[in-house]
Amino acid sequence: MIKFRLERSPAAVWSKALIPVVAVLVTFIITSIFIILAGANPFAAYYNFIIVPLSTKFSALEVLVKATPLIFTGIAVTFAFAAGYYNIGAEGQLYAGAVAAAWVGATFTNLPPIAVVPLMLVLGFLGGVLWALIPALLKVKLKVDEVVTTLLMNSIIMYIISALLNGPWRDPETGWPKSPEFFEAARFIQLIPRSRLHLGFVIALVVVIIVYLIIKRTPLGLQMRAVGASKAGAQFAGINVNRTMLIAALVSGGIAGLAGVSEIAGIHYHLISELSGGYGYTGIIVATLGGLNPIGATIAALFIGLIDTGAQTVSRVLGVPVYLGDVVQSTLLLITLGMLLFQNYRIKRI
Amino acid sequence: MLAVEMKHIYKTFGPVKANQDVNFELEQGEIHALLGENGAGKTTLMRILYGLYKADSGEIFINGEKVNIHSPKEAIAAGVGMVTQHFTLVPTLTVAENIVLGYSNQLVISQKDIETNVQQASEKYGIPVDPSALVRNLSVGERQRVEILKALYRNARILIMDEPTAVLVPQEVDALFEALVRLVKSGLSVIFISHKLIEVMAVCDRITVLRDGKVANTVKKAATTQVELAKMMVGRETFGVQRQNPRSASQPVYELTGISLEGKHGRKVLDQVSFNVGVGEILGIAGVSGNGQGELTEVLTGLVKPTEGSIKIDGRDITNFDPGAISNAGIGRTPQDRHEGTIGDLTVAENLALEHISSYTNKGMLDRKKIQEDAAEIIHEFQIKASPGDQLRKLSGGNMQKVVLARALSRKPRVLIASQPTRGLDVGATEYVRKRLLEERDRGTAVVLLSEDLDEVLALSDRIAVIYEGSIRGIIPAAEATPEKLGLLMAGAA
Amino acid sequence: MGDFLVDLIAATLRIATPLIFATLGELFCERAGILNLGIEGTMFFGAFTGFTAASLTGSLWLGVLTALVGGMLSGLIMSLFSVRLGVNQHVSGLGVTLLMTALSLFGFRVIFGENRILPSIQPFKQLSIFSESPVLGPIFSQYTLTYIAIALIPIIWWIVFRTNFGLNLRSVGDNPEATDAAGINVYRLRTIALVIGGALMGVGGAYLSVAQLGSFTFGIVAGRGWVCIALIIFANWHPIKVLWGALLFGGVQALQSRLQLTGLKLPYELFLALPYIVTIIALTIAGRNASYPAALLKPYKRE
Repeated sequence: MIKFRLERSPAAVWSKALIPVVAVLVTFIITSIFIILAGANPFAAYYNFIIVPLSTKFSALEVLVKATPLIFTGIAVTFAFAAGYYNIGAEGQLYAGAVAAAWVGATFTNLPPIAVVPLMLVLGFLGGVLWALIPALLKVKLKVDEVVTTLLMNSIIMYIISALLNGPWRDPETGWPKSPEFFEAARFIQLIPRSRLHLGFVIALVVVIIVYLIIKRTPLGLQMRAVGASKAGAQFAGINVNRTMLIAALVSGGIAGLAGVSEIAGIHYHLISELSGGYGYTGIIVATLGGLNPIGATIAALFIGLIDTGAQTVSRVLGVPVYLGDVVQSTLLLITLGMLLFQNYRIKRI
Repeated sequence: MLAVEMKHIYKTFGPVKANQDVNFELEQGEIHALLGENGAGKTTLMRILYGLYKADSGEIFINGEKVNIHSPKEAIAAGVGMVTQHFTLVPTLTVAENIVLGYSNQLVISQKDIETNVQQASEKYGIPVDPSALVRNLSVGERQRVEILKALYRNARILIMDEPTAVLVPQEVDALFEALVRLVKSGLSVIFISHKLIEVMAVCDRITVLRDGKVANTVKKAATTQVELAKMMVGRETFGVQRQNPRSASQPVYELTGISLEGKHGRKVLDQVSFNVGVGEILGIAGVSGNGQGELTEVLTGLVKPTEGSIKIDGRDITNFDPGAISNAGIGRTPQDRHEGTIGDLTVAENLALEHISSYTNKGMLDRKKIQEDAAEIIHEFQIKASPGDQLRKLSGGNMQKVVLARALSRKPRVLIASQPTRGLDVGATEYVRKRLLEERDRGTAVVLLSEDLDEVLALSDRIAVIYEGSIRGIIPAAEATPEKLGLLMAGAA
Repeated sequence: MGDFLVDLIAATLRIATPLIFATLGELFCERAGILNLGIEGTMFFGAFTGFTAASLTGSLWLGVLTALVGGMLSGLIMSLFSVRLGVNQHVSGLGVTLLMTALSLFGFRVIFGENRILPSIQPFKQLSIFSESPVLGPIFSQYTLTYIAIALIPIIWWIVFRTNFGLNLRSVGDNPEATDAAGINVYRLRTIALVIGGALMGVGGAYLSVAQLGSFTFGIVAGRGWVCIALIIFANWHPIKVLWGALLFGGVQALQSRLQLTGLKLPYELFLALPYIVTIIALTIAGRNASYPAALLKPYKRE
């Protein structure tokens, strides 16, 4: 076995920008093996993966549609991770936001859109906050590892949703396990006719800008970055570490909740248990690829959105299972993680 | 035949020449001291012998045979053992388990067998240990014995002891020396790394003095004196900073009364600590490492709340203030470990602003211009080699310490808590920091200086308090303080 | 009432089996100082590879063996990132879970295509030991894998506390610097621990598909891996206590499904969520006094 070790040695700035690009290339090379195993030509597959989705207006807009929830969850994860709080519960918080939105969408049927949309956003945000609250409190008050508790909370809410959809919220007309259809005013407007791109995309971009300003330009952001980089150092400088982590955890939950609102009010118009295709977990990939930077996360979300769209094209054209998209994304996460080390370390053979 | 012969050893770390053309000989059955100041290259040389570092060039012979040692494992196989200040023991394992760890080649381990074996070894070498005790329950001296026995159990015939007394109380030092003398009589050869003249003269046969990575000289104990050794070691007559006349007692600014702190299992790690510091006074707190200095620093800087007692500044009670409030009360603080008290991933400017974020906030947003401007000013004033936007972790130790000190001093504090302010710094940085502390005292600041470097305490303090096992064993004016007097207090002598 | 209890105990053992395997697997990882959040994906991969091999070869035991090897592979991937490269264990573990899950879903579709009817196999039969006894009979009518899981507990206790390897393992999770200084290769030891751990997790996953279900569904693991992460804290990293933790969890689950049958007027989903809620509570209570391996989550880098 080749013996090597890592030496602390900061890399040049240009190489930091190169990391995502190289990571993508390495990922494509590795996943080619699986494409070949599935009986397809990797070049044809990547052509359908990357080029075809961008070649028509409709599918290019579809990339933005797919990226929308990922921007929300990616930003949510970025916000928590920046403060050293490992929120793995964006998936559950997304559903909590969706439950709140579904309730608004089914209840306030006589409100105009100008009132019902903000109400849905606020309550959806609060739903996410609420679902993030228990793990966050356990973390700061009792030092219970948030990774495990947020994961378990993801499982719990799926049963609650199932209980709701099989119980009080079962569609009275069809009897399917989905909540009643939203009334017109509660649906997000379409941005471009005959596409699925909706208001949620714009809201996501607004959230990106706000979060960017918070992290980079406000006292809270500086405190969060301090806590995220070194809890001991932050504590010494007089920063209230627990309070900072709590805020980061709850806001993160709220942003993840908005993802749920956006999906339900922009796409599905009723609550279903398959609302999220693991967007909460993909948010971790997005945040990592984006280097815990809101702008970087947005670019990463768009790229993952492209892969999601491309995976469907590949599946349709070449018959490669659509889960190829998941394989590419998870491989990309691991490769990026490995490569991020090169920012501060250099491999040296011994 | 020589036990160890190291010829023309060179080793550099980046720009630092740690060892330059070092020649070293260890005879069979002698205790040979490697004497030198911090950073003279003693530990580097021995780490090369033990396989922890690889020399850039040079040759090593053990018992006359040329060897190439790449790892501690190979060193052990060649009969070399090393006991460092940082014990390499696993706290949750027993003494016997620690001793056989990595050495037994049996598949199955019988607790009874290994305990019997370790007991036998313990008796054979005259190093008493309790084989079935958990290491986490042992005192520092006991742990050191386990380390020595571990090396001997692996058939070490050459034992390297790296500053073995730094962590010991005097009685333990005596016991250690007795054990070493006994072991040498049974044929062991010992290399004794130290920077303490008294110890070296007490126990060693020959002494090799290192200075700035080069051998200054190798002499027989009988043919030298402490004064001569000191000259070889330092290479100059006096130390850099000179203190002004000691201040007479002034009105106290900062007062500690009966501060106690309970550690794990209800053990008192601080016991009724009381002292005060006046305007323009440096109170030095001396003591052997691990006698509560770390805990005292944590209490003084607000990281830990004391279980008893009170802390006052200008008569105002600040006992249970958190770090931020303590800072705002006019107390500048430097952490005992600069890496723990700063944030390497943030910039120099951000680190400087961190303690006073509210004064850099304008309409809810950070005033980034002011942060940069203030940082540039501080960098200029403290001669820090960095720009405001540099990541702190890229700074050298000395520059990082200057940032830490600058942050504490930038608000013109009434009181300064300086904990291990020069640990690990080169000579230039050390002198700068000491000069700054004296300037601060002359400005009228009440300074609490916690340092394990006795020379530093003696050079800077107006009064000296000695801490031993978490309690203050006496406070004496610097003029009356002699190394002997302090040594007795530090050793816990009544 | 007697029947109810007997049935409950038997069901508890059945539910506890995969948890015992996987938690013992996690024990190896965490004793070595690595939090392996790849557990969920490794179990899923074990369920997939176990089912696939059993289905293609017709041999259930070959299925279990394949899952064991698949789990080792997953442990090896985890070790590459968490041990060799020393990246954040939380994120790399989740990455491994996402990867192994994706590979399983992808592989399943490649091999079995998109069938309307779920492919299935004839699963393991339960093995009766005291078939004559009215009480012991039903309780000890279990899958062979369940007996193996229970037998593994004293064996792993012995490995951890009575062998040289166990000694090295306990030391590397507590003080890797000391372990290295004792001449033990920290990286290799941790890698071995992750590979053994992965093997056990893989078998735990295979139990679900090859013994309990006879098929492979996408929700087959359903967060059991995360439960094991909590169980190991609850068990204080001790093999014997793993059994009690797994039985407690299995018991709550078994009781919940039995209570449903009695026609209690509560949504059954809330009963399904109950074990996860209990796990969070147990984690909160037990986690407070837990003696974590001191080096857990800390990548080892030689100076």
